[in-house]
Amino acid sequence: MCLGIPGQITELVDLEFLVAKVDIGGVKRDVIITCVVDDEHPAESCVGDWVLVHAGFAMSRLDEEEAARTLALLAELGDMQAEIDLMRQVETST
Amino acid sequence: MKYMDEFRDPATAKKLVEEIKRLAPIARGQRDMPLQIMEFCGGHTHTLFKYGIESMLPADIEMVHGPGCPVCVLPMARVDDCVVIAEQPGVIFTTFGDAMRVPGTCKSLLQAKADGCDVRMVYSPMDALAIARKNPDRDVVFFALGFETTMPSTALTLLQAHREGLKNFSLFCNHITTPATMRAILTDPDLRLDGFLAPGHVSMVIGAHPYDFVTRDYRKPLVITGFEPLDILQALWMLVKQFAEGRCEVENQYARIVPEAGNVEGLKAIAEVYETREHSEFRGLGNIGDAGIQIRETYAAYDAERKFKLQAAASTHDPEHLKCADVLRGVMKPWECPAFAKTCNPQNPLGALMVSPEGSCAAYYAYGKLAKRKENT
Amino acid sequence: MNLAGTITLAHGSGGRAMHQLVDNLIRQTFTNPLLEEGEDQARIPLAELVAQGDRLAFTTDSYVVTPLEFPGGNIGTLAINGTVNDLAVGGAKPLYLSCGFIIEEGLPLETFARILQSMRLAADEAGVQIVTGDTKVVQRGGADKLFINTAGVGVIPAGFNPSAGGAQVGDVVIVNGWLGDHGAAILNARGDLALEADIESDCAPLNALVEAMFAVCPDIHCLRDATRGGLATVLNEFAERSNVDMVLKEEFLPIRTPVRGMCEILGLDPLYLANEGKLVAVVPITAAQAVLAAMQRIPEGYHACIIGAVMEGDGHVILQTAFGGERIVDMLPGEQLPRIC
Repeated sequence: MCLGIPGQITELVDLEFLVAKVDIGGVKRDVIITCVVDDEHPAESCVGDWVLVHAGFAMSRLDEEEAARTLALLAELGDMQAEIDLMRQVETST
Repeated sequence: MKYMDEFRDPATAKKLVEEIKRLAPIARGQRDMPLQIMEFCGGHTHTLFKYGIESMLPADIEMVHGPGCPVCVLPMARVDDCVVIAEQPGVIFTTFGDAMRVPGTCKSLLQAKADGCDVRMVYSPMDALAIARKNPDRDVVFFALGFETTMPSTALTLLQAHREGLKNFSLFCNHITTPATMRAILTDPDLRLDGFLAPGHVSMVIGAHPYDFVTRDYRKPLVITGFEPLDILQALWMLVKQFAEGRCEVENQYARIVPEAGNVEGLKAIAEVYETREHSEFRGLGNIGDAGIQIRETYAAYDAERKFKLQAAASTHDPEHLKCADVLRGVMKPWECPAFAKTCNPQNPLGALMVSPEGSCAAYYAYGKLAKRKENT
Repeated sequence: MNLAGTITLAHGSGGRAMHQLVDNLIRQTFTNPLLEEGEDQARIPLAELVAQGDRLAFTTDSYVVTPLEFPGGNIGTLAINGTVNDLAVGGAKPLYLSCGFIIEEGLPLETFARILQSMRLAADEAGVQIVTGDTKVVQRGGADKLFINTAGVGVIPAGFNPSAGGAQVGDVVIVNGWLGDHGAAILNARGDLALEADIESDCAPLNALVEAMFAVCPDIHCLRDATRGGLATVLNEFAERSNVDMVLKEEFLPIRTPVRGMCEILGLDPLYLANEGKLVAVVPITAAQAVLAAMQRIPEGYHACIIGAVMEGDGHVILQTAFGGERIVDMLPGEQLPRIC
């Protein structure tokens, strides 16, 4: 049971029950944010957060830096590949 | 859509596939068969098929579809229990859509609904709780199914019901845990797996360390993996690199979602509400110790099993000629089962692996056609 | 007629209440000369029909939907457009409809009147007349608020003969716009999944569009509206019946972001979502650009596009994913259910 989708918290709906609205590709849904708030990151500071939504619960705060790092790594991999290709070309031509 | 589309980029995929192709023969080494990589989670199986990823992989790698699809390992007797509960007068039985079509020994929940039971599909256990609030004179039961990903949501829902003092809400708890199920696969004497893609969303709850035994005790490399196609390719690349470099580690490809320590609040709720069952039966895998979960005595009032006094179900075995167990453990490929595509097909599923679109048999049923077509051309 | 109150069993009893409902509400809303003759059957002059083609097209469909009214339409507009489209995709010019209502007692009269009114507007838009009908009222629980059956007749001009078995290798596959809007709008409108999305049903008549298509290409090989079971189901029918493969390119498939979003959340595939204003055409490649241009001049075809091609094969629909892989798009064994796995 693993279907989880990233969405962005757009507003707080109920601070007592920790309900917030998330936007997933233009579709909105109220979710419980208990799992993504703590003393350091209280509910009040959640708006704008990207979270992983599963079965009506925000289950994890998406680490935007980590996401950027992964994408950068993948982009680099492409450059590396280009280099290898270039080297091969040089090798075969010499 | 942000954080999805970037991870579906075909140009990057091509580069990753190139890298995997380059490393795969080195990774495979002297093995007489291709590297056997199990994606444990049904969600990964779904991504593999949805994006046609297997058709992009080199022959040195073979994906083995694991048992991480909760409806696939659900014993028929548990579906029968659901039907028994749903048939009680006054009950509203709520469930995720996935479980609706799974056959019990005599009927599925979909058939029970057709026979007049009030069975409702919900998106969230909280929606089941809302139904309970709106129908104080009815008994609302939620079918709590799934691995650790779903456990915090059902536990938090139960705790909310408790706070509100709702007497007409209960959970039929059929949660199962990932590490124990993985251990059952690893101890199989017929095991022929080389490494794992571990379920990313289970891991966002439990963290990375519960998998340590896989690398330490069984020497199988493992990568915690996200669900977008690039996540899977990147994880496969990381895995073949481990093989090629002779490493055996727990790595986390899905760091944007999975914190090392898991989800503190979620784990707290799980510990508060649930405890492990000594034994629980899995379809195809038999009895696995400590993999099943039950509701603690403190919250007995919210336990449908106690509330409806379900008899411990006699274990029901799948017919001898169905090889679901072997397929689930990765010992046999779906098409090697004598019933595959003959008596057992998506229109008339005999085994659960043919029921769920994530079940490896259903997936292969569709994919097999494509493979056959390719052979012909 | 006073629209306060609800429909009761008396409205179906054959007595005064029924006559009031039928004469003062239904007939008045649908009014046209054939209906006003007031006989038990519509009497349609044959000569007019014969002048327009060489075959009569005749179809029927029943409409059940929850909720009755939803963004972009209601059960009434579905009942008109659905039957109009079933005629149109056979190449026929839709002309006359029958309309049967099965009403559960308790339906607010005002709701019923509103649905009738939108049926009239839909019929006018499609250029068809409702010329005969029937009304029954059943007791509570005997039906779900309102069921509608419409049957329709139309005339097929000589030479038009689209057929599910007509696809040929090399043909191209065209749709007239965004896929899955109706299915997603209904899921959203039901409210039990507690999602909020700005999605409207695509419910629309397609006869003007089809007419424009045939005008530039009388040799359209296959033509169907992609209703229940969505695009995937229609293409599977074409592929099986024509014994060819339909190969789709994922990045060509027009799907709106909120429909995609809803599908991602619920684990659904938009290719199987219902449409009520979408058609799928298989046309010879030589005519493709002309057909496309003709479609794009009609509102229902503004977003028309090519989504794939017909290839040699044994009856499968194959999706080439934007990601670079391929997969089979099979017919579903049953209704697509939201999943969480």
